[in-house]
Amino acid sequence: MAALVLGELPALPLHEAGKYVAGAYVVLFAIVLIYVAIMAIRLSRIERELGELLALSERSAEAPAGREQGSAQQESAQRESATA
Amino acid sequence: MYGKGLRALSICTVAAMALALGLVFFYAPLEAEQGFLQKIFYLHVPLAIVALCGFVIGGLLAIQHLRTRDARWDMRSYVAIHMSLIFAVGTLITGSIWAKGSWGHWWVWNEPTLVSFLIVFLLYATYQPLRFAIEDPERQSRYASVFAVTAGAFVPMNFVAVRLSTAYLHPRVLGGTSNLPGAMALTFLVSLIAMALLYATLCKYELTAKHTRAQVRALRRRLSGETGFASGPRSAAPAASLQPAAGTAAGASARSGL
Amino acid sequence: MRRTVGALLRKELLVELRTLESVPGMSLFAVTTFVVFHFALNRNSVDGDLAAGILWVTLLFAAILGVNRLFVADAEEGGFDAFLLAPVDRSAMFIAKALTLLAYMVVLELVAVPAFALLLLGPSLGGAMPGLALILLLGDVGVAVIGTLVAALAVRTRARDLLGPLLALPLLVPIVIGGARATSPLLALAHPTGPAARWLATLGLYDLVFGLIAFALFDFLLED
Repeated sequence: MAALVLGELPALPLHEAGKYVAGAYVVLFAIVLIYVAIMAIRLSRIERELGELLALSERSAEAPAGREQGSAQQESAQRESATA
Repeated sequence: MYGKGLRALSICTVAAMALALGLVFFYAPLEAEQGFLQKIFYLHVPLAIVALCGFVIGGLLAIQHLRTRDARWDMRSYVAIHMSLIFAVGTLITGSIWAKGSWGHWWVWNEPTLVSFLIVFLLYATYQPLRFAIEDPERQSRYASVFAVTAGAFVPMNFVAVRLSTAYLHPRVLGGTSNLPGAMALTFLVSLIAMALLYATLCKYELTAKHTRAQVRALRRRLSGETGFASGPRSAAPAASLQPAAGTAAGASARSGL
Repeated sequence: MRRTVGALLRKELLVELRTLESVPGMSLFAVTTFVVFHFALNRNSVDGDLAAGILWVTLLFAAILGVNRLFVADAEEGGFDAFLLAPVDRSAMFIAKALTLLAYMVVLELVAVPAFALLLLGPSLGGAMPGLALILLLGDVGVAVIGTLVAALAVRTRARDLLGPLLALPLLVPIVIGGARATSPLLALAHPTGPAARWLATLGLYDLVFGLIAFALFDFLLED
């Protein structure tokens, strides 16, 4: 039934028009997917940077703890002036 | 916080897109003249409308930036224009595919919408080179906003001018949106809403990513104790800062007082 | 305000008269372009649409040359700073520069249009002159307004000679549309008629809208 109706249409034959319609939708799909890929790259970069920052903050937390015995007062004085 | 509501928005977008696609392929009737090829209409025209609105919105956001000097408006304006440019490329490509299917040529001059789009695209393609050519961030934002407002006003005027120039001589190739029968009108409306939601989601996504990167940079600066500039390659995007009023007199005097 | 504009305008025109760096170049460029068109199109005479198109494209590209040079002297020799220190309304610079560019365009056309009539135009210009003068004036105002804004935007960027034309050309497309469509019936070989009111209205509207927008936005470009 549908084939009869479609056969009557004066426009492009279905299999050819289908290529163009499919092509147009593929374009939209490709744009969105490329964007997703770019965001994925950015996300992994942020993840890496946050990992580095975490390591950095752990190191700066360990260092004062190791020297605490010797110069606790010096350390706290330094930290106070830095944040003032 | 830009990420708030992003999940809800993207779920709505997926639902709307799925509904739109379903309506396009299973509900909307075949058009008499163009047959199956006309289905591109539900993709091409929403892309076009959303892109154009996005450009105008970018101009409005730029006006806000010029009025308040808050750098966040500039970032929103940048993202709106950037995303609209991508949608404009999609419009041109789908329009070209439609023209090839209808007329056998990859480009037609008698279709005023497509021609106007080409001009608008060529204009906004200079937005990023303009930003990239100015080093000082405050001046970059200001000049970019002036451009965005000018270009935003240009978009409607350009459409009027191009449409006038093609009106009486040549018939429209890719049919307009007036007098659409009911089922087609509904499908078109849903497709338009879905495309607008997609635009909003992608913009919000972009803003969240930029803001996150700015927060990571600020954290790095605080942890390593430096007050220097951001490392890494220069980009045309505005450097998202966490201080809102970066350009006001109050901000400037506070920074100089440090 | 009017005095400031008058003073600035006088300075611009005096500088141009003494250095002659913009207008002679623009005019010469236009005439040479007509010669190039003769060889490129391989035609001895043109009329109608083709004539209108050639005239407007040539005027457009000659205008771009003027636009490129409009703010260069100010940017390089501190003219901006001197102006910002003066207690005057900053938009006066916009009006003065736009009027300067308009003056350049008028002088350019005084040379280019007769040259065009001599070299390439088929039908005679006599009856078309009043209509043509009106169309050119409306177009020139648009070019002046957009050109000044774009020149100010581009002058303090890095690739200013490239960015200026890239920004200006799309913005000037509606003026080319209006100008060429309006001019083409005037230059028709068979039955020349007057310009259609529709195109004059388009040009006028475009000039008005962008005049106001550029006037409002110019301040923001001058700030530092």
